[in-house]
Amino acid sequence: MTAIDASSSQDDNVLAVAEKGSSLWHDAWIRLSKNRMALAGGLVLLFFIVIALLTPWIAPYSYETQDLDLGATPPSAAHWLGTDVFGRDLLTQIMYGGRVSLAVGFIATAVALLIGVTWGAIAGYLGGRVDAVMMRIVDMLYALPFMIFIVLLMVIFGRNVLLLFLAIGAVEWLTMARIMRSQVQSLRQQEFVEAAISLGLSTGAIIRRHVVPNALGPIIVYTTLTIPSVMLLEAFLSFLGLGIQPPQTSWGLLISYGAETMEEYPWLLIFPGLALTITLFSLNFLGDGLRDALDVRGSKD
Amino acid sequence: MSLLNVDNLQVSFTTRNGTQQAVRGVSFSVEEAQITAVIGESGSGKSVSCYAMLGLIPMPPGRIDGGRVIFDNKNLLELSESELRAIRGKDIAMIFQDPMTCLNPFMTIGEQLIEPLLIHKNLNKTVAKARAIELLEEVGIRSPAKTFNSFPHEFSGGMRQRVMIAMALINEPRLLIADEPTTALDVTIQAQILKLIADLQKKRGIGVLFISHDLAVVADIADQIVVMEQGVVVERGTPKAIFESPTHPYTRKLLDAIPTGQRQSTTDHSAPLIRVNNLKTWFYPSDSDTPVKAVDEVSLTINRGEVLGLVGESGSGKSTLGRSILRLAPITGGSITFDGTDLTELEGRGLKEFRRRMQMIFQDPFASLNPRMTVYDTLAEPLLLHGICSKRDLAKHIASLMDDVGLARGFIRKYPHEFSGGQRQRIAIGRALATKPEFVVADEPVSALDVTIQAQILDLLQDLGREYGLTMLFVSHDMAVIRHIADRIAVMYRGKLVETGTAEEIFETPKQDYTRSLLASIPGAALGMPTA
Repeated sequence: MTAIDASSSQDDNVLAVAEKGSSLWHDAWIRLSKNRMALAGGLVLLFFIVIALLTPWIAPYSYETQDLDLGATPPSAAHWLGTDVFGRDLLTQIMYGGRVSLAVGFIATAVALLIGVTWGAIAGYLGGRVDAVMMRIVDMLYALPFMIFIVLLMVIFGRNVLLLFLAIGAVEWLTMARIMRSQVQSLRQQEFVEAAISLGLSTGAIIRRHVVPNALGPIIVYTTLTIPSVMLLEAFLSFLGLGIQPPQTSWGLLISYGAETMEEYPWLLIFPGLALTITLFSLNFLGDGLRDALDVRGSKD
Repeated sequence: MSLLNVDNLQVSFTTRNGTQQAVRGVSFSVEEAQITAVIGESGSGKSVSCYAMLGLIPMPPGRIDGGRVIFDNKNLLELSESELRAIRGKDIAMIFQDPMTCLNPFMTIGEQLIEPLLIHKNLNKTVAKARAIELLEEVGIRSPAKTFNSFPHEFSGGMRQRVMIAMALINEPRLLIADEPTTALDVTIQAQILKLIADLQKKRGIGVLFISHDLAVVADIADQIVVMEQGVVVERGTPKAIFESPTHPYTRKLLDAIPTGQRQSTTDHSAPLIRVNNLKTWFYPSDSDTPVKAVDEVSLTINRGEVLGLVGESGSGKSTLGRSILRLAPITGGSITFDGTDLTELEGRGLKEFRRRMQMIFQDPFASLNPRMTVYDTLAEPLLLHGICSKRDLAKHIASLMDDVGLARGFIRKYPHEFSGGQRQRIAIGRALATKPEFVVADEPVSALDVTIQAQILDLLQDLGREYGLTMLFVSHDMAVIRHIADRIAVMYRGKLVETGTAEEIFETPKQDYTRSLLASIPGAALGMPTA
């Protein structure tokens, strides 16, 4: 409070500050940067992403390099995280696997987020017949057996990674749209939306400026849950032979192979598992931080 | 010996921002067979003191720092939770502001009524039912035997409050605590419930502790009034003494805040700005074929520079009428002419231009402001949208707008939740006036506010109305507020306009029975307060 009293005596100063940028996002960033756990989560994720981008240049071995004579060895000076049964360096595999897993996780989720939020917001805001048609489409896609849908796509377009992103994104946005719609439906009744209509704002501007920012909380939480589930989904598809194929790899694949041999070679499960776990933790902290940062009711300091 | 004796009660709350003393040494008493009213605005500690003595505040963050509450020779503050529970609901019963949240929607009224009898008194079901029906009759519920098997949602607000009172009385308590029992009700219903409480109190000889923010409401029924401000009792006395010779400045402020008098008419009768002709707004519920006629064949004119007061109970369609004129509610039929243009035929861009010229101020400033937009963003939106000022002059415009509505410039970067109700309503008024409108619909703009704040906002609206040359449709259920601000008054009942006239005509010579019953239910009438 003292800060406000002090600043109210300097009106010009206040106005200057206000002009510089007084938006939800600006304030959210200030709050986020004060949340240590969220910041640490974000930094860890950034670190993983940078490594993933640089992998072809900094990986200790090529991902095709095998040493069948060596076989599976525990961590050593030459192979920091050990090797698998084919004598492949585990660190290298985790680094290359991270490229696939992170890309699937983030891109598929981004696709789901974009389609789901837009779709849900429009359906929820307009209501009536538009809503009914849009949500029946969602229901129909829900009813489609996921595996058959993917197999169908693979058969028609052939197997490639981009298609994998698309397929997963096409499934995940459905739930996102439903969450968004129910949020928007209750927001639409709020008086501040009516106030925006009476100001003469266009429907698009009302959705963008008044509805979506107020519906983001649950969406962010769901997003941080979606990213890991997408990563695991990719592992499942790859395991069935519908996704990534060896020698290419992903964290999910590494974990499922590691699980098969965990009694003899536990490090093959532990290290990929650790990579995924750390990512998930970081995502959760970052997601919680983002949600709190976007909730202006939280304390400012 | 008093029935309840509160002596030097102190309660504090520990929050993130430090410890706050909500109640600072409050003493009062409730006598047998008398009504003691505790009056104060929100935050005065009136509810906290009453909840604290029954162990009903969350601890932590709440803490009782000291004092004694003597009931039945026992200090309530020293009792264990189980001993307190035995007293609560048996010797001391409570009724709350919102009866709907206190009733279980999945149980019939009857089941809920006899539950305490079956549990506490070990009565068998037939006897309990007979007692419950007797009680329902006593609180004025028609055909109680039939009502017994109804669910809460089948009742109106007033009827639900009667059921709540019946539930409170079923164990024959000696003390009844009523926490703003009529705040959520219409004026005519409020008058009935107040009378019911007073009657029951006399008949049964119980003590009543009546908590309210409205001096006028308790004036008619209380034997003693205790005025609280910021956790301290500032004045106590009989209603007569309080109203005729208040000693504490805060009490005087409360009394002054009750809207009185009427305004000088400045209307230019030659030029109606708005003409509403046979307006119909019907809603079609999905589960029924008969439309809800919220507004049915209403015709009225609003002259330039005039404040037209629109009164009626909740559900009378007065808010819907206001929204329909602004094209915020879908219109079924009829026409609205604004300055010669038929609004019902406009769409899109044409409508946007008229949206600039007419604005709305909403009832609940907690709902009408986007919680994620600062004052700056909220006020900037209409200014930029309608090109009223350039981006370069924006900050200056916003600052002058904030000056106009009486907000300190230092608040510019704050979010709505950081403001009090009155300040929020100022922001909402600023937003409505940002477009320099000619016509404003004010939908109960002060009914969510404390009385003293209410007076400030009414003054602000009047001043700004003059300054901006506004024409206003002022919707309210409060006759005193309407009389204070309106030039002419229109009375609405069940979707129809029943009477229109100048403020004087409506108050002095009402023609319709409904208008007369509205006037009769203004609280404080018995004391001959200048309100009525």
